[in-house]
Amino acid sequence: MSANVSVDFITHTFKGQSAPTLKDIALNIHPGEQVALIGRSGCGKSTLLHMLAGLTVPTEGCVHIRGHTVTRPSAKWNMMFQKPSLYPWMTVRRNAELGLLFAGCRDTARIDALLELVGLADKADANVQSLSGGQQQRVALARSLATSPELLLLDEPFSALDAFTRATLQDEVSRIARQEGLTLVIVTHDIDEAVAMADRVLIMAANPGRIAGEMAIELPAPRERASAEYSRAREALMTTFDGLVGDGRGGAAAQRTDAAGAPQREAA
Amino acid sequence: MTAAEGTLPLAPEHGRAQAPPRARRGRAQSPAPHAEAGQERPASASAPAGAAVVQRQALRWHTRTFRWPAVRAFLLSTVAYPTAGIAVLLALWWLGGWAIASNDDVVAFAGFAPAPAFAALADMVASGEVWGTIFPSLYRIGMGLLWAFLIGVPVGVAIGLSAALREVTHVPFQFLRMISPLAWMPIAVLAFATWDGAIVFLIAVAAVWPVLFSTAQGVRRIDPLWFKVARNLGADGWQMLRRVIMPAIGQDIFAGLRLAVGVAWIVLVPAEYLGVTSGLGYAINDARDTLEYDTLAAIVVVIGIIGFLLDGMCVSLIKHFSWRQAD
Ligand SMILES: Nc1ncnc2c1ncn2[C@@H]1O[C@H](COP(=O)(O)OP(=O)(O)O)[C@@H](O)[C@H]1O
Ligand SMILES: [Mg+2]
Repeated sequence: MSANVSVDFITHTFKGQSAPTLKDIALNIHPGEQVALIGRSGCGKSTLLHMLAGLTVPTEGCVHIRGHTVTRPSAKWNMMFQKPSLYPWMTVRRNAELGLLFAGCRDTARIDALLELVGLADKADANVQSLSGGQQQRVALARSLATSPELLLLDEPFSALDAFTRATLQDEVSRIARQEGLTLVIVTHDIDEAVAMADRVLIMAANPGRIAGEMAIELPAPRERASAEYSRAREALMTTFDGLVGDGRGGAAAQRTDAAGAPQREAA
Repeated sequence: MTAAEGTLPLAPEHGRAQAPPRARRGRAQSPAPHAEAGQERPASASAPAGAAVVQRQALRWHTRTFRWPAVRAFLLSTVAYPTAGIAVLLALWWLGGWAIASNDDVVAFAGFAPAPAFAALADMVASGEVWGTIFPSLYRIGMGLLWAFLIGVPVGVAIGLSAALREVTHVPFQFLRMISPLAWMPIAVLAFATWDGAIVFLIAVAAVWPVLFSTAQGVRRIDPLWFKVARNLGADGWQMLRRVIMPAIGQDIFAGLRLAVGVAWIVLVPAEYLGVTSGLGYAINDARDTLEYDTLAAIVVVIGIIGFLLDGMCVSLIKHFSWRQAD
């Protein structure tokens, strides 16, 4: 079910730009691992994730998922975005089964089970526009899971939600991914989210975008947010992050922090 | 930006889902005294027994089903206001007829007044003649709109999707669009073997632009993330068109068609002035030649009514295909 992901020296320069957005990114993600990618806004996290999903082709280097070179999007490696982007002319069920429909198979029982899994069984025939932001993101999750992906890529999927909904969804997605044996990559600019979900955190620096360092989070799942270990892990990640990208070595982003006059703890 | 993006998908919902609650709230804010009375008064032991209780229960039942403010709003908007509008129009028409009748120079045109016009209309409906006049016109407009639809929608989708195509077609399309459809008349007459063909062509030429541009506009307004999500879920080009693009722009297509119907209906009558021997335009010309001004006025009424009905059909199509709040 789960997939090994390897990124082989990706360098990417957007059309019309002289400096590369990403430079020499190399990493390896184990099957079933949950990895968080943190970094300041604009450092290239989304760009990298799009490449894992096959939505953007890097100018140099390539991505392998379980040995296959990624050249185009596939329902086997699925991406979720900050906006749920549900189709408002379809019911919850129709949205959830869209990937199956594209693949030419219908599996009502599987959709029922998935809607049950994300806690929306009673909303199957509702108009998606009548759901709350958190519920919409759950439908998007069910839609992503429907095609039995090996790899789930999340691009700040919870950042538009309120704190309670966000925490619940972080735990749920993490649990579901473990349960289904999915490899998970979550992009976030929220250190808490990284500590709450990841086995390993990759820290990205900007200009050019690169992996500046990483840190393992060795806490049992589900993560107990009120525990002392959790606070320690959070503190340690913050220190590491500041050490890597917050002290002037982070380029333009760090200089902006200096100009603001106050050290910015959160990687915003 | 972030917060706005997060709440944006919910925004259209507010208009649609809240419609019934809004009606209910409206009732609570402006309670009609007699409507609330039955509900407020509790059935206590001190209440008079027998007939009075039955009466009060009847009143309560009555209040529950007959919500006066809601009914009043409904009656006002569906009956009273339209009736008032029609009355004003008829009054102006009647005044015009009276002015003509009381002026010796133009008294020959007195048939234009409402009374003779409606009498002529009643005759035309009774004799069935009116249907023979309407159907050829409806056929021509239907065919013209069909062609406008068959050409306008695919081309609109294409130029909505491709920036290059949009730029290439911009000058030619704006140029062609500005040519009055009636200016094509001589060419149409040469190019088509039948008068019907020429008229259908003129209507299509007039109607294609609103459909085309509205479709293209709709495509350009599609959330780019919808494409990305569908691509990620494995959609091929045809599935993207069928499941994402077409449902997303249904409302825009029919909004374009609504504009097209308006233009086509205006082009139809002058187009039927020439050559053909059937249809509403021909009937108007014919009535003028035979000095039957009451019939002429009756046909004008028929043209107005059919145009109104066609527009209503478009509005219900727009509603049917709309998933976002009407702009
Ligand atoms: N399609 C694009 N064309 C040109 N530049 C882009 C494009 N997408 C992103 N960029 C640039 O690449 C950089 C990284 O963007 P992004 O990956 O979205 O950052 P992040 O997700 O870390 O905030 C930014 O400077 C952004 O302006
Ligand atoms: Mg991003």
